[in-house]
Amino acid sequence: MFNKEFEAMPLKKMKELQLERLRWATGHAYKNNAFYKKKFDAAGFHPDQLKTLDDMKRVPLLTKQDMRDNYPFGLFCVPMDRVVRVHSSSGTTGNATVVGYTKNDVGVFAEVVARCLASYGATEKDVIQVAYGYGLFTGGLGLHYGSEKLGAMTIPISGGNTERQLMLIKDFGTTMIACTPSYMLNIADYIEKKRPDFKIKDTKLRAGILGAEPWSENMRKEIEHRLGIDAYDIYGLSEIIGPGVSCDCSEKSGLHVFEDHFYVEIIDPETGDILPEGSKGEIVYTTLTKEAFPAIRYRSRDITRLYHDHCKCGRTLVKMEKVSGRSDDMLIIRGVNVFPSQIESVLMEVEGTEPHYQIIVDRKGAMDDVEVMVEVSEKIFSDELKVLDGLSKKISDRFRSVLGISAKITLVEPMTIARSEGKAVRVVDKRKI
Amino acid sequence: MNVTQLSVFVENKPGHLQGVLKILGEANINIVTLTIAETSDFGILRMIVNDPENGAKALRDNHITCSITDVLAIEIDDKPGSLYRAIETFSRRQLNIEYMYAFTEKRQDKAVMIFRFDDIEAAKQALAEEGYGIVKRIDIIGE
Ligand SMILES: [Zn+2]
Repeated sequence: MFNKEFEAMPLKKMKELQLERLRWATGHAYKNNAFYKKKFDAAGFHPDQLKTLDDMKRVPLLTKQDMRDNYPFGLFCVPMDRVVRVHSSSGTTGNATVVGYTKNDVGVFAEVVARCLASYGATEKDVIQVAYGYGLFTGGLGLHYGSEKLGAMTIPISGGNTERQLMLIKDFGTTMIACTPSYMLNIADYIEKKRPDFKIKDTKLRAGILGAEPWSENMRKEIEHRLGIDAYDIYGLSEIIGPGVSCDCSEKSGLHVFEDHFYVEIIDPETGDILPEGSKGEIVYTTLTKEAFPAIRYRSRDITRLYHDHCKCGRTLVKMEKVSGRSDDMLIIRGVNVFPSQIESVLMEVEGTEPHYQIIVDRKGAMDDVEVMVEVSEKIFSDELKVLDGLSKKISDRFRSVLGISAKITLVEPMTIARSEGKAVRVVDKRKI
Repeated sequence: MNVTQLSVFVENKPGHLQGVLKILGEANINIVTLTIAETSDFGILRMIVNDPENGAKALRDNHITCSITDVLAIEIDDKPGSLYRAIETFSRRQLNIEYMYAFTEKRQDKAVMIFRFDDIEAAKQALAEEGYGIVKRIDIIGE
C-alpha cells in the first residue's frame, strides 16, 4: 500500500475525515466561485448546514452542462496565478471542459495514481511504459507523474506506433504498460498478425494498466489470455482529477475509491435521489481536496454500484463495480435499456468472438432496428455455411434471451469496423428522435 | 495425403471477390476450380489452388479471413451415371456430404468431384473399398 494511513483507515475515521473535508470543499466553492454561490443559494443550501454526511442530499447536483456553460475557466475557484496546469476533455459533444490544477492538486493527482500503481503490485523497481496520449488528455501526464511519484522508471512513449511500443517493451524491460483496453487488444492483434515471432512471455511485461473507456470482465479475460499478462483497471474522469479516482487491487473484484480525496454517492439517474449502498445507479463525485477545480456533487453519468467487502488486500476503502456503461451511452431500444457493455458480454460468451463489433441502431417506420456487425476472425470462420449461420443464430438468440431485443447479426470481414488507437466506436445511433 | 481446399470469407458486396482474386493473382496462385456458397450478406469462396499454404498466407497478410480444409477428390468417368454411382456409395454407407462440386480435367475424359465430409477418413476408406481412384495431389488435376 502506497499510503496505508488513508487506504486502510477505519470506516468511522474515514467518515469523520470526509465530513470535515466536505465542509471545507463546499465552503471553498461557495466563497470563491460565483457560479457555485448562485447555485447553492438557489437551492437554499449554505455550507454551514453540512452537519452530517446525510446533509449532502441538500447540495445541488452539478452537471456536465454546467461545466460546458462555464467554459473555459468559469468553475475555477482560485486566482489564475495559482493554476499551474490545465487539462481538457476531448469535448466530443459540445464544448470541451477545461480543468485546472494548483501545485497541490498536481501533487494529489500524482499521489492517487501512485497508489493505483502500488495496488497492482508496482514498486520503484518497475518500468512503466505510458502509452496513453500525452497532452490535454489527462491519461498520459497523469500516469507519468504517478509513476514518477512511485519511483518507477517511466517511459513517456505516448499512444500509437505499435511496432515502437513492442521495441521498447523488449529493449527497455517494460514491466507494465498503461493504455486503453482497446489499444491493448490492438497490440494483441498486431502481434498475432504481424509479429508472431514476438513473444510477450520472453519479455518482462506482466501487467496492463487499462482505463479511459468502459470495459468488461470478459475483455479482461481476453486480454489476459491473449497476452499472458494481468489486466488492471484504472478509473477516473478529467472533471474529477483524471485517472486515479479508483483502481483495481490484487483481488480484481472491484475498484477501491480513494475516499480521502473523492466522496462518492449513487443516485437514481431519473430522480436524483441517493440510493442505499449496494444499489446500481449513477455515481456522483465530490472532490474533497481539489483547489483549482473542485467538483461538488458532479453527475458522472457512469453507472455502477458501491459496496464494502472486507477486501483481502487490506484496504478499507469502498469499492465500486467496474463501470458497466454511461447513462449517456445507454441505448433505449424498443423501450429496453441496453448498455454497450452488455452487448459486449453477449458477444464474448459466444466462443471465439473478439470484441470487434459495432451496433447500429436505426428507426424504420416506428420500430427501432438493431444491427450488430461482428467481424469474422479465423477463430470463428468455417468453410461450412451451416456453421456460420449457426453462429449468427446463436448470437441473435443470446440477444433475445439476455437483452430482450431482437437484432440482425451481420458477419463482416476483418478490419471492416473502424477502430482507433484510442477509443473504439461501438455504437452508431442513426435514429432521429 | 488429402487434397486441400482454400476457403475464404467474402462479404456479398461489389469488389470484394475481385479483391481476393487480385491478391491471389499477385501472389502467383493458380486457381484450378472454385465455387461460392452464398447468403444475402456474405459468401464462402471455396477453391482448389496450386499452392493453398501460400495462398492463405497472402490473404492473411491482407487481413482476409480464410482457412485450409482437407477435402476428398475423386476421379469419375465423364459419362452419364458416374456421379450417381459415387453418391450411391456414400448413402449406402451413411456418409453425409457437407457439400460438393465438380470440374472436368483437360487432358482426359474424366471429371473430378470434390467432396467435403465431416469424417473424411471414413469416406476415403469407403471409396477405396469400392475401387475408386482418390486424387492425392493437386498438380495432377492442375495444368
Ligand atoms: Zn482490495
